[in-house]
Amino acid sequence: MAVLLIAEHNNKELRPFTLNAATAASQIDSDVHAVIIGQNSADAAKQLSELPVVKKVLSVEGAHYENFTAENFAPVIVKLAENYSHIVCSANTFGKNLMPRIAAHLDTSQVSDIIKVISPDTFLRPIYAGNAFATIKSNDAKKCITIRPTSFDPCESKGGSAPIEKVDASEEFSNTKFIKREEIKSDRPELGTARIVVSGGRGMQSGDNFKLITEIADKLGAAIGASRAAVDAGYISNDHQVGQTGKVVVPDLYIAVGISGAIQHLAGMKESKVIVAINKDGEAPIFSVADYGLEADLFEALPQFMEELNKLNTIQK
Amino acid sequence: MKILVAVKRVIDYNVQIRVKEDGTGVVTDNVKMSTNPPDDNAIEEAVKIKEAGKATEVVAVTVGEEKAQETVRKALAVGADRGIHVKVDGILEPLAVSKILQKIVDKEKPDLVFMGKQAIDDDCNQTGQMLSALLNWPQATFASKIDVKDNKLEVTREIDEGLETIEINVPAIVTCDLRLNEPRYASLPNIMKAKKKPIEEIAASDLGVDVSPRLEQLKVEEPPKRKAGIKVANVAELIQKLKNEAKVI
Repeated sequence: MAVLLIAEHNNKELRPFTLNAATAASQIDSDVHAVIIGQNSADAAKQLSELPVVKKVLSVEGAHYENFTAENFAPVIVKLAENYSHIVCSANTFGKNLMPRIAAHLDTSQVSDIIKVISPDTFLRPIYAGNAFATIKSNDAKKCITIRPTSFDPCESKGGSAPIEKVDASEEFSNTKFIKREEIKSDRPELGTARIVVSGGRGMQSGDNFKLITEIADKLGAAIGASRAAVDAGYISNDHQVGQTGKVVVPDLYIAVGISGAIQHLAGMKESKVIVAINKDGEAPIFSVADYGLEADLFEALPQFMEELNKLNTIQK
Repeated sequence: MKILVAVKRVIDYNVQIRVKEDGTGVVTDNVKMSTNPPDDNAIEEAVKIKEAGKATEVVAVTVGEEKAQETVRKALAVGADRGIHVKVDGILEPLAVSKILQKIVDKEKPDLVFMGKQAIDDDCNQTGQMLSALLNWPQATFASKIDVKDNKLEVTREIDEGLETIEINVPAIVTCDLRLNEPRYASLPNIMKAKKKPIEEIAASDLGVDVSPRLEQLKVEEPPKRKAGIKVANVAELIQKLKNEAKVI
């Protein structure tokens, strides 16, 4: 039986992690179908049909799907599930909210946040904030899997031409009402997908001081991250938080400034390709994961960092 | 309004866990255990709602071995009125826990069920959503703000793109984010008083729920270690390394 991928989108276009989830789905079985549930989402459905790994697109339209409410999405997918061996989506807040609702209806024990497909029934997943990896075999007839998007490369986005089939909508769940979404708009790259992330911690001492980080991020075309301590102290909004309870990032370069490196923070960034730590406490745990450590006062180091960057003839973007 | 709060006993968040040499799990003997951190937020929120006169009773429930009762006792010490301990040995999957909680909900008939958004041991992030599916109740996951309005809740949810606000009708499930509130500490007099509050013990086997595992944990291992890095002397050297050695800028 084929694998059913749940597409994440904003009714206009696919959200980027759908491509990572498609890669994971295709590693389970080459026969991947994708379902897209939304309101006026034809353009996103077309994008989905162009992913070469997707063999068929199922499109479900309805006004009550406009805001991606799990209570409305789950019944549609549960109904479709009879034709599939696996249901797959990303382990971001969209998938985390939705998939367990599907799994419970199917009486299936979900496997959350996998980082590797070992075989169609066996998966690798981090536990204890990434301090251990567990190999899990699912013995359920149907498997509900959420995937850690940063552990799978995005699939090709062009070249496919899967047929798009309409599927009937389910009834509206009337006890949940969407009110509003406040998206944080920014010209910077998204934290979850940025090539470079510059993060500040409690050592920044104030929200104003984050401008030292912003400057460098602008110069490097980087996203801005933060530790939970910096968020809790009110220096920066919580959508910047990297860690077990924030975002997991895997950039080419992660620069941690004034971050001591609590277990919870390391869980969100230690898979980054190159890690730089700038901290005045030479014993800070962040240095144990850093490729390049600079023991220095950040209020001296950051202006120098900017100065040195300005001297460079070229900077990769 | 009656609020049921589910709490789980986990390895304390400050403990650096160790993987067992035989690969069967992590070391839990002689390791400090605590209430799962976001479950503390769930208790705190329920108690605050009661203190604001909008709830009549807060019941704390845990599912687990003998010692799991400590988490219920702690909830009683910070303001829960009574406790329930569903006794069961061994590791339960979230699906099994949600089926047990469904039975407790049938019995207790709460208007709201609160719990943490995720347990920091298995990091599954499933139980609240599964319980809400089994009950066919609305779910508000990753809650960072809750307003109680008669028979409705307005809940602000932490999502990847920012914040989302939804309105759900009671009865409902809410899973709590760490940012929801600042959990209080139990005072000594309240810890003493909590010892007198009732905890009902129920054997999971009496609930008629199939809790047999569906997943096999074949192996637990340490994640690959990063190779040791170097310390650089100054910013100029750092930039030079990033440019010419790591080639990332």
